[in-house]
Amino acid sequence: MDARRLTLRAGHFVLLGAFVVFLAFPFYWMAITAFKQSTDLLNVAANPLWFNLPPTLEHLTVLFRDTQFGRWLVNTLVVSTAVVAITLLLALPAGYALARFSGRRGRSLGMAIFITYLIPPTILFIPFSRIVADLGLQNSLWSLVLVYPSFTVPFCTWLMMGFFRTVPRDIEDAALMDGLTRLGTFFKVVLPLAKAGVLTAVIFTLTLVMQEFVYGITFITTSSNYTVSVGVPTFLVRGDVYFWGSLMAACLIVSVPIAVLYNFFVDRFVAGITGGALK
Amino acid sequence: MATHLAGTHRMLADWRARARTTGRWRDDEAKLGALLLGPAVVYIVALVGFPFLLGVFYSFSDASVGSTSLHFMGLQNYAAIMEDPTFWRSLRNAVVFALVSQILVVVLGKILAMALYREFRGRWLIRLLILLPWVAPISLGAIGWLWIFDPIYSIITWTLHALHLIAPTDTPVWLGQPGLAMLSVITVDVWRLLPLATVIILAGLTAIPPDVLDAAQVDGAGFLRRLFLVQLPLVMPVMLVALLFGIVFTFTDMIVIYVLTRGGPYDATQVLASYAYFTGVEGGDLATGAAISLFLFPVLAAIAVFFLTMARRAEVV
Repeated sequence: MDARRLTLRAGHFVLLGAFVVFLAFPFYWMAITAFKQSTDLLNVAANPLWFNLPPTLEHLTVLFRDTQFGRWLVNTLVVSTAVVAITLLLALPAGYALARFSGRRGRSLGMAIFITYLIPPTILFIPFSRIVADLGLQNSLWSLVLVYPSFTVPFCTWLMMGFFRTVPRDIEDAALMDGLTRLGTFFKVVLPLAKAGVLTAVIFTLTLVMQEFVYGITFITTSSNYTVSVGVPTFLVRGDVYFWGSLMAACLIVSVPIAVLYNFFVDRFVAGITGGALK
Repeated sequence: MATHLAGTHRMLADWRARARTTGRWRDDEAKLGALLLGPAVVYIVALVGFPFLLGVFYSFSDASVGSTSLHFMGLQNYAAIMEDPTFWRSLRNAVVFALVSQILVVVLGKILAMALYREFRGRWLIRLLILLPWVAPISLGAIGWLWIFDPIYSIITWTLHALHLIAPTDTPVWLGQPGLAMLSVITVDVWRLLPLATVIILAGLTAIPPDVLDAAQVDGAGFLRRLFLVQLPLVMPVMLVALLFGIVFTFTDMIVIYVLTRGGPYDATQVLASYAYFTGVEGGDLATGAAISLFLFPVLAAIAVFFLTMARRAEVV
């Protein structure tokens, strides 16, 4: 019996280990690449899994000194903040209204909003380039602020609908009885209860802005206006030459903070997704 | 008798009052609802609905990047893509890509969720690690994989050599050989979507009351019967949601393919989303690009409605 338990345990361990290697190894690989000396990186004979020469900050220096990485981070932050603000302003009230529209109408509207999320981005892209040109927003960060909410608003509305549905109606009714207005109830009672949902929507929006680059690369032409996801591949890939160390450093710098932030809300995020789809 | 009637009257009055207030309530709510929903609907109509219709219109026209003239062409663009072998190739690739990666994601996600189901020391750390691919921006994650698949410095090739699994002279070009390229982009797609599927399925597993499984065990159901007859049907709605998200992401998104292979080699990994982009945006042929990207929309919409309805129904049962 004990032997059997031991084998089960070992099996469990090996299984989890295999998954962890598959899923997390690329990040280890990014990290080690970012701090390796170039000669070490390109030495085929040496063991690539560890440092054969002392680690270096050379790639980080290149990133911050020879490219406008700092500037791109600021641009990304500006665009993210604006897109997050627009998304919340539109999606929070809409999600709430959908959650409280009982019955079929709310449900089919919810589904309609989900379906707008399925529209292939490529098809929107083509008309968008004309709209952006007509508004004279080429090469302006505002073009991205205008366009990015088109993917975040539908999804976040749908997500928030799921979250608001998990807030019991009785609590709201009690607050109304106690003399709070509808709006007061929403801000003082409902929103705090759906806080995790709001944060999830924020993180979802941030991730999207951080990774989108097809629109960015087309609408923005001046390097000082690039966002991180446009600037990094444009500057650190020169024809066939890849500046792997700096590329990996840039990926890591952007990914890790979001990953850590996300980890706190992942349970609520899942609750929101399944809640929106199932309830 | 009189007291009885008085009681009835009071009840009636109560009921009327309640009906009145709920009536007013509903009125208020309808107005408030419209007010709250309005801005989002206006935005979605203006920046999703309108461009979408414009895109649909383009697909019936001869719009291109360089010219301002626009003529109605009817179904000509659709007829043209039907004749285009690359289009059929992209459609087939897209289906293979989505199907294989999603089957892998759901099966592996279920296994991983079961491995994470019971509490053990260090579970939070494992969870953080396996979540990384989902939370890191995919365009940057894909660049990381580009380095992993590098033709000369690929760590996979190095490992295979070190373990003597392939001959030292054998250096696979992961993204340059048709079969391997497809395998590689599927791997990255699975890598990216597996964490989300796992946490969704895990949430579903956790929601099953433990006594249900215990009861099945007491009744003498073995592991496999418990798995297939009790657990799977109960997690089904949640798995359908995970699958829906995976299918949507895989079909509409082209970042993985754009970064890793750009559809190559010889269109071996070209899918509809990337082909539409290369034709419509990089190639400047707006009309054909629009027709290609629209081709799958009705199918996707049908899949989404079907899955969402089925997931809800499965939950009710």
